[in-house]
Amino acid sequence: MSTAILKPLPRWADVVLLPLLNLLLAFIVSGLVVLAIGQDPLAALNAITTGAFGNGYNIGYTLYYSTNFIFTGLAVAVAAHAGLFNIGGNGQAYIAGLGVILVALPMQFLPWWVTFPVAVVAGAAVGGFWGFIPGWLQAKRGSHVVITTIMFNFIAAAIMVYMVVNVLKPPGVLAPESAMIAAEGRMPKLGTFIPWFRNTDVNFTLILALLCLVGAYILIWHTRFGFAMRALGHNPTATRYAGMSNSRIIMIVMTMSGALAGMVAVNQVVGVQYRLVLDYVADAGFVGIAVALMGRNHPIGILLAALLFGALYQGGNELQYVIPGLSKEMVVVIQALVILFTGAMEGLFRPGLQRIFTTLSPGQKDEAVARNTVKSES
Amino acid sequence: MTDPVHNGDNPAQRSQRTAAASSDLAIELIKINKRFGAVHANRDIDLKVRRGTVHGIVGENGAGKSTLMSILYGFYTADSGEIRVNGTPHEISDSRHALALGIGMVHQHFMLVDNFSILENVVLGAEDSAMLGPSLARARGELTRLAKEYNLDVNPDAIIEDVSVGTQQRVEILKALYRGADVLILDEPTGVLTPNEADDLFRVLETLREQGKTIILITHKLREIMAITDYVSVMRQGQMVETLETKNTNPEQLAELMVGRRVLLRVEKGPATPGDTFLSVENLVVKDDLGVIRVKDVSFTVRAGEIVGIAGVAGNGQSELLESVSGMRDQTSGTVRLKGTPLSLEGDDGAHRARQAGLAHVPEDRQRMGLVTAFEEWENAMLGYEDDPAYGKGIILDAKAARAQARERIEKFDIRPANERLKTANFSGGNQQKIVLAREMERNPDVLIVGQPTRGVDIGAIEFIHNQIIKMRDAGKAILLVSVELDEIRSLSDRILVMFDGKIVGEADPATATELELGLMMAGVTDKKRAAAPARAAAEGKVP
Amino acid sequence: MDLALILSTLDATIRLSTPLLLACLAGLYSERAGVFDIGLEGKMLAAAFAAAAVAAVSGNVWLGLLAGIAVSITTAALQGAAAITLKGNQLIAGVAINMLAVGLTTFLGIQWFAQGGRTPQLKAGERFTEIQLPFSAELSGVPVLGPIYADLISGHNLLVYIAVIAVPITWWVLYRTRFGLRLRAVGENPKAVDTAGISVILLRYQAVLITGLLCGFAGAFFSIAQGSGFGNNMTAGKGFIALAALIFAKWKPVPAMFTCLLFGFLDALQIRLQGAEVFGIGVPVQAIQALPYILTVVLLAGFIGKAVGPKAGGVAYSKER
Repeated sequence: MSTAILKPLPRWADVVLLPLLNLLLAFIVSGLVVLAIGQDPLAALNAITTGAFGNGYNIGYTLYYSTNFIFTGLAVAVAAHAGLFNIGGNGQAYIAGLGVILVALPMQFLPWWVTFPVAVVAGAAVGGFWGFIPGWLQAKRGSHVVITTIMFNFIAAAIMVYMVVNVLKPPGVLAPESAMIAAEGRMPKLGTFIPWFRNTDVNFTLILALLCLVGAYILIWHTRFGFAMRALGHNPTATRYAGMSNSRIIMIVMTMSGALAGMVAVNQVVGVQYRLVLDYVADAGFVGIAVALMGRNHPIGILLAALLFGALYQGGNELQYVIPGLSKEMVVVIQALVILFTGAMEGLFRPGLQRIFTTLSPGQKDEAVARNTVKSES
Repeated sequence: MTDPVHNGDNPAQRSQRTAAASSDLAIELIKINKRFGAVHANRDIDLKVRRGTVHGIVGENGAGKSTLMSILYGFYTADSGEIRVNGTPHEISDSRHALALGIGMVHQHFMLVDNFSILENVVLGAEDSAMLGPSLARARGELTRLAKEYNLDVNPDAIIEDVSVGTQQRVEILKALYRGADVLILDEPTGVLTPNEADDLFRVLETLREQGKTIILITHKLREIMAITDYVSVMRQGQMVETLETKNTNPEQLAELMVGRRVLLRVEKGPATPGDTFLSVENLVVKDDLGVIRVKDVSFTVRAGEIVGIAGVAGNGQSELLESVSGMRDQTSGTVRLKGTPLSLEGDDGAHRARQAGLAHVPEDRQRMGLVTAFEEWENAMLGYEDDPAYGKGIILDAKAARAQARERIEKFDIRPANERLKTANFSGGNQQKIVLAREMERNPDVLIVGQPTRGVDIGAIEFIHNQIIKMRDAGKAILLVSVELDEIRSLSDRILVMFDGKIVGEADPATATELELGLMMAGVTDKKRAAAPARAAAEGKVP
Repeated sequence: MDLALILSTLDATIRLSTPLLLACLAGLYSERAGVFDIGLEGKMLAAAFAAAAVAAVSGNVWLGLLAGIAVSITTAALQGAAAITLKGNQLIAGVAINMLAVGLTTFLGIQWFAQGGRTPQLKAGERFTEIQLPFSAELSGVPVLGPIYADLISGHNLLVYIAVIAVPITWWVLYRTRFGLRLRAVGENPKAVDTAGISVILLRYQAVLITGLLCGFAGAFFSIAQGSGFGNNMTAGKGFIALAALIFAKWKPVPAMFTCLLFGFLDALQIRLQGAEVFGIGVPVQAIQALPYILTVVLLAGFIGKAVGPKAGGVAYSKER
């Protein structure tokens, strides 16, 4: 069996073309599902697009969803660079709400720009703590971080139900939720400054999300810690050899990852709901996995992927009003397919693409041959 | 690309080969070709193996020996060529087919399930029926028989992870015999064995030959070839260079055939002028990952301006010693001093503190430890030193400065291709090793620890690397060298320490110590009478 | 506590343990073969939906069960294609399967039955009902043993008994058959299996398909045995508790049964303790709900014993050098 010589894909194909192909495939498969149940996929796509971008109101909601997805996407990506798969974003985002509400309620009569930074710190601290424990268990006790973070999602859910129902719920309130934050302590919505957005949920936390993207970029590629973190992700034996302290890196990275996920709580609690409710995370942590995979763990990719998924969620909400029978769960299907194709079925397109690129550029073929020859000597 | 000088058969050899009737041949390979991508791993290979002989195949790492045998065993399929077993052509499509033809293989890395019993390992894949009970019962009886017949005593109920490496290898041989193998392929069987275990193995192989089995022994150790084989085939760069009768050849000739030109075995170096003690190791005890004590109360010193070589068979605690002194592995007890100051090496950042104190480390396995092969060259050029102020201010990394420095070193160490933005995986073994050496040497450390400096490195780079190490010594640095290549130890070291079973069992002067003396120490033999043991004496042979 | 209360708690324990046990044994097959499966939840959910939908439409419980199993096996095959053939990340494949199941079951449910994602209420004959074992009525009068036989051992639906039988069968398959030997080997050292002339790929697919089969039973239990119809996300994280039980049982079938019974018991207890006080202290129900997860974390961390999974788990097998 002679194997053809395949050179690695050009960077742009790896970073742009491959994710787009996978996305396209996810759309086609979802379209087939829609077709199979007797609906028009193009009409559905049209409804989603209009629902997401039709006017300022739609865009406002799209950006609101994107805000959450930037945070959870970054949480997954930062951990991924260190070779860790944090699927505990849901739990970290959820439990961080405790930190946020516990500082926001006492400070509620202070101006929002005082409350906000404190809420950010509190959310980051609690979310970070929820990431730190699995990190610590992985670093010091060798527990698999994936299993531990799954378990921590459920433990967080149990704690939150207890705290909201038994501790935070004011007497006389029936719904399981905390007291409302006074108007002064609430984050202003962007609609107050840009009327075009109207009264949508997008708020100042979006700015924080954009800052986090920039921060993550600097962290990963332009700091000494980022270097160590990426080295660990590629080769933990080499970082041990280099004396970088793998356990320290794992614990710090998981804490940062949890803190990033915790920012979802800031958006939800002081930016949108103004109180702590149950299940406000709505699986944003899992969407973060799709966003990070689709965005190739790069902040720019994550921004674009978060916008895409924000649009899908907002468009999906509108979809059910436009086409009766088509529910927003369509979006969950698309998202699952994106994860499946970009994350677990990479082998679907990559070899074919490599073959195409190798054939299309005979000049590069020699280079590939040379490269493989060099490699084999080692 | 055979060297014409060595390709000429002498008439006696040629007549011998043509005289071999095909019915005598257990295995015949004709024009075998195999490519892995651009690599032509086997090129038009012909090989004839006579029944009832031990046939050695020698060649350097990467010569294509293992690939060829994997094809014979059906693990890979040849791109072209013919395989004849007992004179009949066969397409060996998978390992099951090879086994059915009576071909068994003992792989270099054992193919055993660690948490299975010996019995279960033997039965795996050779079960009689869908139910396990009868198979296990039959295998138990069969094992007893085989153990008696071939001196391969094992406890069938022992769990693999609890038994010694030597026993594990016996299990591999038993697996093959249980499947009715007439032809047994052994891939570098002694690499992981102590000399005593290797002797036992050779005795077993002799018994097998007496019983009419055919054995193919893949090795790069010439002394083994001389000791046990009847015929020897030499491979080089994917091609079959020559097949000789062992008694008509000698290690020098084989070495030449393997390498293709005269090997420079002596390194040019002046006498050492040792100064103060730079590195001192006192009563060091180290455990491996499984908690087994691998370094047992070891003490030694290395002085400025000298190279101390540690010789020994792989797996006698050298790796753990290196990892411990360099701060990668926690020590159980003992002290490591650098210029008299004790180093604190505990924790997983121990290596960082060792580096800061002036101890640099070129690791045994550069791809697994010394490099992040997915990184670009310049990133690896600062691995372990990323905290250095030269690479930026505060927490921020200055990539430009790092790249500029990487370019200087590429030039100085003649690293090719000269491109600091190239992924490290795309450099050859020798150039990867130069990246590591440049990084560790350019720090100007007081102590340099070097493990297996030339493993998997091409000949040209070997000379360069050896000369760099000598240069460090002459610059007044203390160098601790560990290598399983005895020739390398002898030609580079100013003092030789021999390690066996976790202990330093002796010290020797490379100028006067003979191969025999060192070999005995490496085998843990202090009693000179043991040297008379036939297999051992033959094995010591006359290797340059 | 009187006998009746104890019996009813234990009875609930058995009912609540059944899907856990089926899913746990399901996971055991693929994880012992070296394929990590965090998609148990998704396969169960998909099976639950398919079983209820087909049972409702066809009016036949057996067709419902078959449909549940078929869908679960198909899903497992998809996961296998990603994790085995395409050598993708097994964990991500599991995440995708879980999400796909949540999305598709709700989406199709709303579209097909227009009841907000629920399937129509199943009538008798469209679901598995309780089976009375022989003499249960006659023996129920016998003190202590009578009620134990009549209420605890007898009177469950078919799938409960299948789950119970699956334990010895799994043990037997794993330790007494050729397939089991190879299965255990391929999760520890696939190369040893390959060099012995056995196909690693085929073996892993077989394991994954058995996982699909058992997840099919587990899913069907939710919608056409315990319940009478499918509700949104009705497996409610049980797949993850099963995963926790698998780790807790150190990937062994008999300990798996005891672990699932323990976790089922905690669940039964939690339902009975709503608002009740134990030893004068109000134990938060949530603490008991979270206990299986906490126990698993503690075990994984090596604070009580040590759970080490199959060595080759999580890595696709590649022969390339």
